[in-house]
Amino acid sequence: MPAASSPAVVVDGLVMRYGDKVAVDGLSLEVARGSVTAVLGPNGAGKTTTLETCEGYRKPQSGSVRVLGLDPQRDRRDLLPRIGVMLQSGGAWSGVRAREMLDHVARLHAHPLDTGMLSDRLGLDDCGSTPYRRLSGGQQQRLGLAMALVGRPELLFVDEPTAGMDPAARRTTWELLEEIRADGVTVVLTTHHLDEAERLADTVHIIDRGRLIASGTPAELTRGGRSATIRLVVTRPFPDGAPESLRIALGEGTEVRQLDAVSMLISGPADSTTLSTVSRWCEEHDVLPESLSLGQRTLEDVFLELTGRELEP
Amino acid sequence: MSGTFAPSPGAAPLARQVLAQATMETRLLLRNGEQLLLAVVIPVIVLVGGVAAIDRIGLDLPHRPVDALTPGVLALAVMSTAFTSLAIATGFERRYGVIKRLGSSPLPRHGLLLGKVGALVLVELAQLVVLGGVALALGWDPHPSYAGTMAAVVLGTAAFASLGLFVAGVLRAEATLALANLVYLLLTAGGAVVVPAAEYGALGEVAVWLPSGALGEAMRAALLEARVDATALVVLAVWAVAGTVLTARTFRWE
Repeated sequence: MPAASSPAVVVDGLVMRYGDKVAVDGLSLEVARGSVTAVLGPNGAGKTTTLETCEGYRKPQSGSVRVLGLDPQRDRRDLLPRIGVMLQSGGAWSGVRAREMLDHVARLHAHPLDTGMLSDRLGLDDCGSTPYRRLSGGQQQRLGLAMALVGRPELLFVDEPTAGMDPAARRTTWELLEEIRADGVTVVLTTHHLDEAERLADTVHIIDRGRLIASGTPAELTRGGRSATIRLVVTRPFPDGAPESLRIALGEGTEVRQLDAVSMLISGPADSTTLSTVSRWCEEHDVLPESLSLGQRTLEDVFLELTGRELEP
Repeated sequence: MSGTFAPSPGAAPLARQVLAQATMETRLLLRNGEQLLLAVVIPVIVLVGGVAAIDRIGLDLPHRPVDALTPGVLALAVMSTAFTSLAIATGFERRYGVIKRLGSSPLPRHGLLLGKVGALVLVELAQLVVLGGVALALGWDPHPSYAGTMAAVVLGTAAFASLGLFVAGVLRAEATLALANLVYLLLTAGGAVVVPAAEYGALGEVAVWLPSGALGEAMRAALLEARVDATALVVLAVWAVAGTVLTARTFRWE
């Protein structure tokens, strides 16, 4: 099998239990080389367990995992130098200085990145001599990412990379992950932030209760769904009975909700008929639209449809 | 592929990784005030205070006070580093996820262990320099069996380190901290480390079978009488094997 075209990660029928609680329930998924793949799901969905099995921390109880063609348990020593792992939290001595920790991890690798450059890119310059325990949550996260990257891995596993970061640090981290991908590193990230998955991922695997419930590009997942959202804002207040009359005009399977005197939210089939029906209704009822906007279906909507639950609180 | 982050993975040679780990752990240990207290300050106080006390009370010993006390103080230093410091440091490494983090780095587990051994050796050398210096300043005049001293230090370190790792591998960090300090205090007071087992009476009969008593006796035999105390060395070796087996069976990396 040619190494370049084979998947970076193959998870096949993975089952993991803690006591009688099933964390991962027959999960199968693949990660293409050179891609950014997001594993998306609520807390407790089995994301971290799956990742830690790929990283060789846990032995599959059933099913198999192959990473870069290797068995993470049996071929651990060959695999570990080739992957970078960012843990969800911790991973440094409490008294170690940020830069000292990064330099230490660098020394374990054959061709590490320049730690000065890496500190600079991740905004760790001004806290380089701060002990780990005094770093902010966001600084600890960025140091964690730096430690995962410093060995120049082929494959990077990042668990909730931007948890605890402020918006500016999140953007910097996203830009960095995009650059890493452009330089040929395969990235697997877990997240429960939909915007993160939408922005970064080539492929999204949505998992819930240890099972894969949907896979695809963000565009594939959000396209061709059951509904679109149209927001209609008009110049003068709607006439009495407007929502009912619009619902009748649109027919079955449509929901119309009046938000205030001049705006309404319409959810219905995502096709051009819906939009043209709304504008015809406006003409017939002598209502002048100020704005008429069609909302894209988001991953949030997809998740809600698939699981009946909100992803983010 | 080119670019800043273009993959170029690989592990550093094992020797370089072990050296990095050993120097890192040594630095962290010497930076920690409590550990430094245990490693150097307490043994120095025991040595200086003990010599002064014996002089004042006017005990009639077969050896000069500084000659009688120094071997036991060196044994105490080995015990504090190999057992208490190692257990506490390792307990908190588990707690803070350091061992987990290093578990996904190129550093293999035996490399991590070798790094810890290297750190122990470096700290013990520093202790020897400081404590030996203080003892010489007090007029210490050793007549050592070098083989006996080396064997006692190596086997004593192995015995205490394996027991320290055992404690750190099964208990939570706080419990390890408490137990490692408690055991250190109990063994210092009643374990025949500094004071010869013969001075304890009946308790001494038991103490020579403890790693603390065996190490103390082996050091005194080697440094006071230029003698190799084979019984004490065997006792230390048995503790080292028992500790290693226990650790290997029970240690949890996370």
